[in-house]
Amino acid sequence: MTATATSARSDLSELGRSETALRTFLHGLPGVDQVGAEQRAAQLGTRSIKTTAKAEAIDLAIRMVDLTTLEGADTPDKVRALAAKALRPDPADPSCPHVGAVCVYPAMVPHVAEVLAGSGVHLASVATAFPSGQAPLEIKLADVRAAVAAGADEIDMVINRGAFLAGRYSEVHDEIVATKEACGDAHLKVILETGELATYDNVRRASWLAMLAGGDFIKTSTGKVPVAATLPVTLVMLEAVRDFRAATGRQVGVKPAGGIKNTKDAIKYLVMVNETVGADWLDPDWFRFGASSLLNDLLMQRTKLTTGVYAGPDYFTLD
Amino acid sequence: MFEYAPAPESRSVVDIRPSYGLFVDGTFVDPSDGGSFKSVNPASEEVLAEIAEAGGEDVDRAVRAARTAYEKVWGPMPGRDRAKYLFRIARIVQERSRELAVLESLDNGKPIRESRDVDLPLVAAHFFYYAGWADKLEHAGFGANPRPLGVAAQVIPWNFPLLMLAWKIAPALAAGNTVVLKPAETTPLTALLFAEICQQADLPAGVVNIVTGAGDTGRALVEHPGVDKVAFTGSTEVGRAIARAVAGTRKKLTLELGGKAANIVFDDAPVDQAVEGIVNGIFFNQGHVCCAGSRLLVQESVADEVLESLKRRMARLRVGDPLDKNTDVGAINSAEQLARIRELSEVGAAEGAQRWSPPCELPDRGFWFAPTIFTGVTQAHRIAREEIFGPVLSVLTFRTPAEAVEKANNTPYGLSAGIWTDKGSRILWTADRLRAGVVWANTFNKFDPTSPFGGYKESGYGREGGRHGLEGYLNV
Amino acid sequence: MSERVAVRKTYKLFIGGKFPRSESGRSYLVQDSNVSLASRKDARDAVVAARAAVKGWAGATAYNRGQILYRVAEMLEGRREQFVALGVPADEVDAAIDRWVWYAGWADKLAQVYGGANPVAGPYFNLSAPEPTGVVAVVAPEAPALLGLVSVIAPAIVTGNTVVVAASPAAPLAAVTLAEVLATSDLPGGVVNILTGKITETAPTLAAHMDVNAVDLTGVTDAELAVELEVKAAENLKRVLRPAPADHDWRSDPGLARMTTLLETKTVWHPKGV
Repeated sequence: MTATATSARSDLSELGRSETALRTFLHGLPGVDQVGAEQRAAQLGTRSIKTTAKAEAIDLAIRMVDLTTLEGADTPDKVRALAAKALRPDPADPSCPHVGAVCVYPAMVPHVAEVLAGSGVHLASVATAFPSGQAPLEIKLADVRAAVAAGADEIDMVINRGAFLAGRYSEVHDEIVATKEACGDAHLKVILETGELATYDNVRRASWLAMLAGGDFIKTSTGKVPVAATLPVTLVMLEAVRDFRAATGRQVGVKPAGGIKNTKDAIKYLVMVNETVGADWLDPDWFRFGASSLLNDLLMQRTKLTTGVYAGPDYFTLD
Repeated sequence: MFEYAPAPESRSVVDIRPSYGLFVDGTFVDPSDGGSFKSVNPASEEVLAEIAEAGGEDVDRAVRAARTAYEKVWGPMPGRDRAKYLFRIARIVQERSRELAVLESLDNGKPIRESRDVDLPLVAAHFFYYAGWADKLEHAGFGANPRPLGVAAQVIPWNFPLLMLAWKIAPALAAGNTVVLKPAETTPLTALLFAEICQQADLPAGVVNIVTGAGDTGRALVEHPGVDKVAFTGSTEVGRAIARAVAGTRKKLTLELGGKAANIVFDDAPVDQAVEGIVNGIFFNQGHVCCAGSRLLVQESVADEVLESLKRRMARLRVGDPLDKNTDVGAINSAEQLARIRELSEVGAAEGAQRWSPPCELPDRGFWFAPTIFTGVTQAHRIAREEIFGPVLSVLTFRTPAEAVEKANNTPYGLSAGIWTDKGSRILWTADRLRAGVVWANTFNKFDPTSPFGGYKESGYGREGGRHGLEGYLNV
Repeated sequence: MSERVAVRKTYKLFIGGKFPRSESGRSYLVQDSNVSLASRKDARDAVVAARAAVKGWAGATAYNRGQILYRVAEMLEGRREQFVALGVPADEVDAAIDRWVWYAGWADKLAQVYGGANPVAGPYFNLSAPEPTGVVAVVAPEAPALLGLVSVIAPAIVTGNTVVVAASPAAPLAAVTLAEVLATSDLPGGVVNILTGKITETAPTLAAHMDVNAVDLTGVTDAELAVELEVKAAENLKRVLRPAPADHDWRSDPGLARMTTLLETKTVWHPKGV
């Protein structure tokens, strides 16, 4: 970034104090041309990742999975099984790495925590009245504190899209700041719910807003609305974290979530990370996949590469 | 770091013969004087095939075959039947697209990603588009009864061998002409495979003739008294010579020549897409593109930011084996072209511009040139005025929109231009003032068979593509 | 009572909206009048004037150009008898006026007929529109004196080009009289420039001039000269209208080709997105 950007570094922290300053800044970000962004994403999707590169990509992708279950029907047994799978995704192959994190509702956190304790697998929880976020702030913050107290070290919150789309940026900003504070040492992932933001310009603005307010990760989706993660949306978010680090020196992670179902898709995302932000983000600390069915496909492809034979779903657990 | 393993497209899909004759009157024939030349793979310098060199007698034979086919078969044929032959060709091109794409990359050096995703789809689309015109010419806006011209002499360049063939042959045939086409001497193979496709389509003999050779063959073809139309794509220098050669004749002439396009980036541009557009504008096809955005005009206030992004993006370009599916920048087409790129780049440095290329390992064999930008370039520098026809970008800055337009137009060329800004009225204001035949706003290097393409000023005259593309092949 | 002594007219060049004598000081006698014999320098001056007029004329609205051209037809009608007095047959004058009116109407229609939207296979707005090529050098036909001249000037300028016309050496009086019509018709100076004199002197200068965008060789009758001019024009790839056949019927429907050959098609692309 330029000298102007560097000198702006200190100013950026001040933006949150004024609605006008925040609006001026967010609307002053460069626009995103929809067609161009989608073409770039599609072009990256044509990369051909084979053999050794594919093997590395699969293991990396496994390490980046936030193995997720967010169902009303979740039970302590079910989430414990999921956590066990997170630790040893392929019981038949000890060389298979563990996933990045397990992601559950706050009520399920204690059950997962006992399984994951000391494993290095993170425990994420969707607090803040997930997925709608339609609850008073105090309740959302209490939700966060409870999840952290129960053992979550990552909190996934969702922004107030209504306020964002109405242009009440300070309100969104302050809520993220408050949530971050409630997180304590836990990492905060800010879900933008990009499927409801309507334009890539808004995705870029929401990304910056979340980062300015202190988010440690920006995440595409709750998985609870029809349009979840897409390559172009993730591209715009990756550009945002790249530019944010250049402007402030602080690195923020990215998590596409929802709709990433197979290895081929996951590899497209890794290619995009590689060619947009580079090696610094090719790490579970900085890039995650929010997914449930993805893991089994990764495992099947992994087995294929080691054995040369295509596996079938019956050979992998459905937890 | 995520290293991509080699992902080469298989060569086994193509079957290159050791030698090729001329395609005259529906069959492959030996040249009368037996001359030949070699076509090499520019990525490895491996000889791909021995190619017949057509002399004056061969050209004469081809023109006479085309004349006979015009008078006896293709001219009298109802448009709806000409259409069906063209549709057939389009289909065969689609069916054999993998083979054609691999052969194109082998002979030309362009990345398989581009021959597969850009060249071949456009080739098929061109034949489809013009096929549909063959029986609708009276509705094309050139009067009630537009007539074909007769025999078209067509000379095409090496940068998009098969695509340029399609741009030439499809409208000519749709309008009812027959053709004698000379592909470039460094890239004849896809044209010769296209000749086989004509056979496979049962196209009547003599409607398409392919004569291979270099400048002398082209001259013999263009100057042949039996041709009614000359269409040329290539350098302005050769275009000038052709314009002189046809002076005083009845031959209708269309020329698609060089360019030195300005790609103008305003301070409110969508920066990430603009950077993609700059990269696509100058590094697409190794910069062997007449409409390449070879002069970047960036507004002073965002120049540092844009350049930094551009350099970061350039560092991601994958230069190497054209057949690797992950290659972005392939081989320079010939030793001769490489020498020209090197020479002009050295001039650029000697004239005081700052040269930059990302670190990149180039293969030992073959013809290679790393993606390069020059900053601190002024209008007076040769690299800002002359067409380099390689992966070399000259960067200039401007302060006001009027200055951008003035600099953009300050060239004898006028083929294309780019505009990057989020302000609609500024796009239209700028586009109105640019003296260029194609203006890409917030995009670059896009092509479509329905969209007329061609230059102002010394970039040539006539348009290819769209309804306009028929005009050069009709007596209107 | 003595007969009134007539005031004779000096037939001069028409450059940049003014009527200068040839800078060479030369003239030649035709139809009992001394007519300026333009030099190569006059030709170059005319190109400068024509170039200077391009921005305003090409930049004028099509409606405005159509209005001005129609005004020219009005002025022509008013001077009908003057052309007849110069020996132009009355029906030719009528045909010339009608032709001018026909072309005037094209000003704001040609872009719709000759341009349009292109249905490209992608999310793009894609529009092709014609634009004037710039400065056009015209060798006017030797005959018919007025209809021929009108038939080459009007199609060139209606779309926004400016012209330097080498008038028929044998019939320059009609050309200079037309210049007087143009000078009184709201046509900006420099849009039409008329040189009288020898084609062999002015045309090669114009054909070779690097600031000329197109040549219209319609009136060139000498085949060798035609080749020479076309070869000169190739130096900067001028658009070329080749000589008209000797038996060309100037009363026939002129079609669009005279206009479209002197146009450039500009195609603009823009993505469609939110």
